[in-house]
Amino acid sequence: MKALLLRDLRLAVRAGGGFGLALAFFLIVTMLVPFAVGSDSQTLARIAPGTLWLGALLACLLSLERLFALDYEDGSLDILATAPIPLEGAVIAKAAAHWLTTGLPLTLAAPVLGVLLHLPGPGYGVLMLGLALGTPALSMIGAFGAALTVGLKRGGLLLSLIVLPLYVPTLIFGADAASRAAMGQGASTPLLLLGAVTLGCLALLPFAAAAALRVNLR
Amino acid sequence: MSLWEYANPVKFMALSGRVLPWAWAIAALTLGTGLIWGFFFTGDADKFGSSVKVIYVHVPSALMAINAWFMMLVTSLIWLVRRHHVSALAAKAAAPVGVTMTLIALITGALWGQPTWGTWWAWDPRLTSFLILFLFYLGYMALWSALEDTDAAADLTSWLCIVGSVFAVLSRYAAKFWSQGMHQGTTLPVATGGRTISDIYFYPLVLAMVGFAALFVALVLLRTRSEINQRRTAALIARKRGAA
Repeated sequence: MKALLLRDLRLAVRAGGGFGLALAFFLIVTMLVPFAVGSDSQTLARIAPGTLWLGALLACLLSLERLFALDYEDGSLDILATAPIPLEGAVIAKAAAHWLTTGLPLTLAAPVLGVLLHLPGPGYGVLMLGLALGTPALSMIGAFGAALTVGLKRGGLLLSLIVLPLYVPTLIFGADAASRAAMGQGASTPLLLLGAVTLGCLALLPFAAAAALRVNLR
Repeated sequence: MSLWEYANPVKFMALSGRVLPWAWAIAALTLGTGLIWGFFFTGDADKFGSSVKVIYVHVPSALMAINAWFMMLVTSLIWLVRRHHVSALAAKAAAPVGVTMTLIALITGALWGQPTWGTWWAWDPRLTSFLILFLFYLGYMALWSALEDTDAAADLTSWLCIVGSVFAVLSRYAAKFWSQGMHQGTTLPVATGGRTISDIYFYPLVLAMVGFAALFVALVLLRTRSEINQRRTAALIARKRGAA
């Protein structure tokens, strides 16, 4: 599992791996928002938590399609399926690699982009904490969606259609935590619920994703 | 004699062929009576005016929208556990009916919301959950149509249905957490047996609900039968090609 994780990380960081694309996309979305709604700092401060969450979520979606597709095409996925580690373990390793190359950088970049959107002071800590708690769920749900659509030639659009509705609970709790904190309220309830969603996803979805992969490898 | 006998397509076709006319008849009778009774022979409600009559379409369609998804969940589980093709095809057949019911509920809700709430749409938990359910249906149907191998499609859509069900419930409670509701609570709480609707509206409403349920059964049976026929035709064509 560790070897698989390291391999995926290396592949992602190398040229053409798509690392950094998600970050650039996140920056562009954040930059486009003031153009769309106006640069009034009060308006921006109010919508900043939700916008940052939405941007992170869409950026996560970008690299999902290649999560299993490349390995499926060149046959490495077949080797993984017959490898000594269970396919569920391989799914977790791949989702973890996806998180380390998208979710984690997005979490670290969010405060910087928060400054651009005039995010109120108390919001920063909770925004980062929420993203750190919630983005693993995004990667895991995405891995399930990618496993479903891996056999399709043009699965990208379908993948978004399937995955985005599944992101709703994570987005609700994450954005709510950040905006509560930005308004100076306690945010522990949505944060706890967000953590619960993530833990549930991590515990159950590898099985569903592995089952979908087995169907596609049949 | 067990229920699983009807997993055999031949037996299923025989039984569904016999049930289908009855389902159509019950649907036509109850829906016709319920809607005519409701639309023309019940008075306008205080505060609602004539708009109350939307209830005879709105409530039954919303009920069937959720039950259709539930039926898909059950048939998907049966397919994954017992590999009965009829079950998978029934799930496939129910999705377009379910999505139509969801759409009817959403549209009649908007038509009802405009005169009573003064808005077509509000980000109320119930409305939001239905919109999410609508998207789940779309994703499910898109996945079915995108996959060519039918067995793989049945497997993958079943998994999507199971995961989607969990997330649909989760979204429902997340939406409740996220915003306060404008939509009234249920008028027919099954758990307590009480009801907060006058008998004048209640009886035609029940008829309309039975009618929608029968209509759903009839449509799903019809669609499942045509799916089975389609598969048989495809098998016959394949056999003929193999022989020639």
